Amino acid sequence: MNEILKKEVIAPDVVRLVVAHRKLACKAQPGHFVILRVSEDGERFPLTIADSNTPQGTITLIFQVVGKSTALLAELAEGDTILDVVGPLGRATEIQRYGRVLCAGGGIGAAPLYPIAKALKEAGNQVVAVIGARSKNLVILESAFRAIADEVRVATDDGTYGRRGFVTDVIADLFAEGRTLARCWAIGPVPMMRAVCDLTRAAGLPTTVSLNPIMVDGTGMCGGCRVIVGGEVKFACVDGPEFDGHQVDFDSLARRLATYHDSEQRDHEACRIALTRPETKD
Amino acid sequence: MTAPNSEKKIGSPREPMSERPAAERVRDFAEVPVGYTPDQARAEASRCLLCKKPQCLAGCPVGIDIPGFVNSIAEGRFEEAADRILLVNALPAVCGRVCPQETQCEIKCVLGKKGEPLAIGNLERFAADWKREHGGRTLPPVPQPTGRRIAIVGSGPAGLTCAGELIGQGHAVTIFEALHKTGGVLVYGIPEFRLPKAIVQDEVDRLAARGAGVVTDTVIGKLETVDELLGQYDAVFIGVGAGAPMFLNIPGENLVGVYSANEYLTRTNLMRAYDREHADTPILQSSRVAVVGGGNVAMDSARTALRLGADVVYLLYRRSRAEMPARNAEIHHAEQEGIRFNFLTNPTRILGNDTGWVAGIECLRMKLGEPDESGRRRPLPIEGTEFVLDVDAAVIAIGNRPNPIVPQTTPDLQTTRWGTIVADEATGRTTKERVWSGGDIVTGAATVISAMGAGQAAARDIDAYLAAPEPRPWRPEPRESPGDGQA
Repeated sequence: MNEILKKEVIAPDVVRLVVAHRKLACKAQPGHFVILRVSEDGERFPLTIADSNTPQGTITLIFQVVGKSTALLAELAEGDTILDVVGPLGRATEIQRYGRVLCAGGGIGAAPLYPIAKALKEAGNQVVAVIGARSKNLVILESAFRAIADEVRVATDDGTYGRRGFVTDVIADLFAEGRTLARCWAIGPVPMMRAVCDLTRAAGLPTTVSLNPIMVDGTGMCGGCRVIVGGEVKFACVDGPEFDGHQVDFDSLARRLATYHDSEQRDHEACRIALTRPETKD
Repeated sequence: MTAPNSEKKIGSPREPMSERPAAERVRDFAEVPVGYTPDQARAEASRCLLCKKPQCLAGCPVGIDIPGFVNSIAEGRFEEAADRILLVNALPAVCGRVCPQETQCEIKCVLGKKGEPLAIGNLERFAADWKREHGGRTLPPVPQPTGRRIAIVGSGPAGLTCAGELIGQGHAVTIFEALHKTGGVLVYGIPEFRLPKAIVQDEVDRLAARGAGVVTDTVIGKLETVDELLGQYDAVFIGVGAGAPMFLNIPGENLVGVYSANEYLTRTNLMRAYDREHADTPILQSSRVAVVGGGNVAMDSARTALRLGADVVYLLYRRSRAEMPARNAEIHHAEQEGIRFNFLTNPTRILGNDTGWVAGIECLRMKLGEPDESGRRRPLPIEGTEFVLDVDAAVIAIGNRPNPIVPQTTPDLQTTRWGTIVADEATGRTTKERVWSGGDIVTGAATVISAMGAGQAAARDIDAYLAAPEPRPWRPEPRESPGDGQA
């Protein structure tokens, strides 16, 4: 259990792990996440499950190295075991037949978006996928999305691939083209989700976002992941992680996400100096 | 009738347990009371009157043979004392530290009528510590295996006690824990300086040595449901505690620097955030902290804040000292350490600076009115008495609700309107066949020992149920009991 069967670096600082966990593979549904711990002194941190394979008894995790904990996880090799993997946590995505749906992923957000898009397609929806990244080498899962979506559009901030601009620019294009859309899922960094929601709110397009606030236990015990949705306090771990994006207080979420920013940066810098990871650059 | 020398014993002073001085202990997380020496323990144990009809027994929720183990200590047979306790109590080193003996066994002690009652808790701690520190490895007897398998959901005091009792009856037990470490509130909640984690681990290790299976990282209700467990086990005991934190629902509670007590304590205890050198889990380095609440968890949070380096820690409680649910000893320790108590004080909002961090807490003075349903006098606001305390962090320790994961994923398990599981008080039987429950998930937030009592009662009923010939009728007596919310 928890053994890493396959490890790939799919973009600079972005790693995909296929992890053996028979029971998790049986129970994981789109939208679920796991809590991981990599070392005895390590933090507990959440990662959304990027895929699962019941017959093979595996789950897939895709993550970006953003701090010490993810750096330690990235250091593990095939055959190593992740110390703790707990899940499946959170509520699963509400998969229904909506019609034509928009799935918008920003940066690493394409990873948690993929199983949702796949399930929506399997449920009979037409899926329009939009993937955004800073630059061409950071675009992830494009072929995976192409295999399941009816249409895939890519945007890069610097114009090195696809349309130059943000995910929101592509969504604006879709609106300008008069495309009818029944629902939207938007997953990515807070500014991206906020911007998408501003756009879809104006267009009256119901939008679900997946939030990834700081959490410790992931089972509703610590309350560290509380977010304000529609003026009410919700725990992302048990009430979410998906919420109505038009109701989310993104300012509060962004501030709380930065709680330990100073100390994490320090740790991460120390960690980067200590580790040699030639395949990554910044 | 009492034993000889009782004249001398009545009114004799209790052997005090030494404590580390406040100025020294607030700088680290090591334990505060240092325990009895063997001489002290024998002297204290010798005060026992060995009553013909011991009253203390009635005060113990798990039925420890108190005069028996005390007499063993008095006669210098320390490991035997520990073994006598272990027959019914799987967690003696824990109970010796955190049980409210003063309101349970000790309050019944005859010595207490004309002086100080016997220090039963201190003696229990001594016996358990002595056995552990002297490599005492003898385990309580395990009978012939019955071939029955029981799943225990939650490794807190209720689950561990239930497990210990069932092992003693010869059943095969598997304990499921959601976190990466066993012990429940004993490891994530109660701080190291009150209950060293190595001691909890030792008690869990003893259960494992007696054959208990321990499975961590498993959230029942998510990875496996109670129904799935029932397919593999003869019985299921649910002891998942009251783990969902309550907030004040006042403005500013989502500012950066506002913690639930659960988060504050879990970061510090389970994740060892106080060990900044080694542990990766961060906690804010706050200099002025307000802790809201009046129970043991509030005391633990306030004393933790001091040890994490806060210069000033306020404790804000909306009633007066007399109504505080915390143990007297804990209030006393907190006072010694310089926690600034603000009684009859209720926070009305938390103030933030322009970057969304806590910058202060606005409070209102209260007065006591008529008693409410809990029997305590109801706090009433005094209009126009708002004032602001300058703080950079706030810890909300006003109680916990039951964790909803198991009830939500077990459709035919009846719950009360407080979210607690409906279970018969005497047997722990729920409304679902072959499922028992006990501890805070049934009663709402209460004490370690009452959870242990419930775990023990359920184990005895499970044993009786499994021994009975089929078909076995399932007749629980449903009841509803509200959580206190302040314990």
